[in-house]
Amino acid sequence: MNNQMSVIVRTITRITYGLTIVFGFYVIMHGHLTPGGGFQGGAVVASAFALLLVAFGTAGLKGKLNHHLLQTLEEVGALAFLGLAFAGIGTAFFANLLANSGAVFGGAVPAGPNAGVLNSGGTLPFMNWAVGLKVMTGIASILIAMLIGLRKEAAE
Amino acid sequence: MKRAVLAAVFLFVAAFLLLAAAQMRPFGSPASALMDDYFLANAQAEVAANNVVTAVVFDYRGFDTLGEATVLFAAVVGVLAVFRKLREDER
Repeated sequence: MNNQMSVIVRTITRITYGLTIVFGFYVIMHGHLTPGGGFQGGAVVASAFALLLVAFGTAGLKGKLNHHLLQTLEEVGALAFLGLAFAGIGTAFFANLLANSGAVFGGAVPAGPNAGVLNSGGTLPFMNWAVGLKVMTGIASILIAMLIGLRKEAAE
Repeated sequence: MKRAVLAAVFLFVAAFLLLAAAQMRPFGSPASALMDDYFLANAQAEVAANNVVTAVVFDYRGFDTLGEATVLFAAVVGVLAVFRKLREDER
């Protein structure tokens, strides 16, 4: 409990961490339309976890996240990315077999500058989600492990 | 003596960088724009993505992204392996 920061930092963190997570998921979801994508959005979500860890200490994440859940989610993201890459192996590794197919995310986009269609991109949105999941859980587990390790070292 | 060597190295590297900067191509006119033009012309039709950068990262150059994800995975495994001892002590 004594590794928390001041009440100002904790209050601002309570207000902003939800917005940060929502913005990160927005960046991941619109990766095929707007600047950003899986890596960037995952890093944004992980920065919300970093904010929680800095403001509340390791007690802030107790009960919400543990390393078993984080490792499982990271493996799911990595395997989903590899699976999507292998799904197009009939044509080529990483072939986009959903683009322009009419199935989910299979819509076509008009040529030239336009506002974009969310239901387009083929396998790109799925790959963005897979990589985003992998990046956010990977960076979060790095942060938690390093924070616990550094606190432990400082206490000795 | 040490200062003279440092100054000579500094001047050499600075001259090298200035020479490279003077020879740089003007902004927006690369030596070969073949691939850029192909991506800009065909990304919307082939990948159905408005963000051409994402189309390159996840479709045309997907193998590169797989390597990038592997680097991140290796970093996570390395950090967890280094800090595992500390975590076991806590129990």
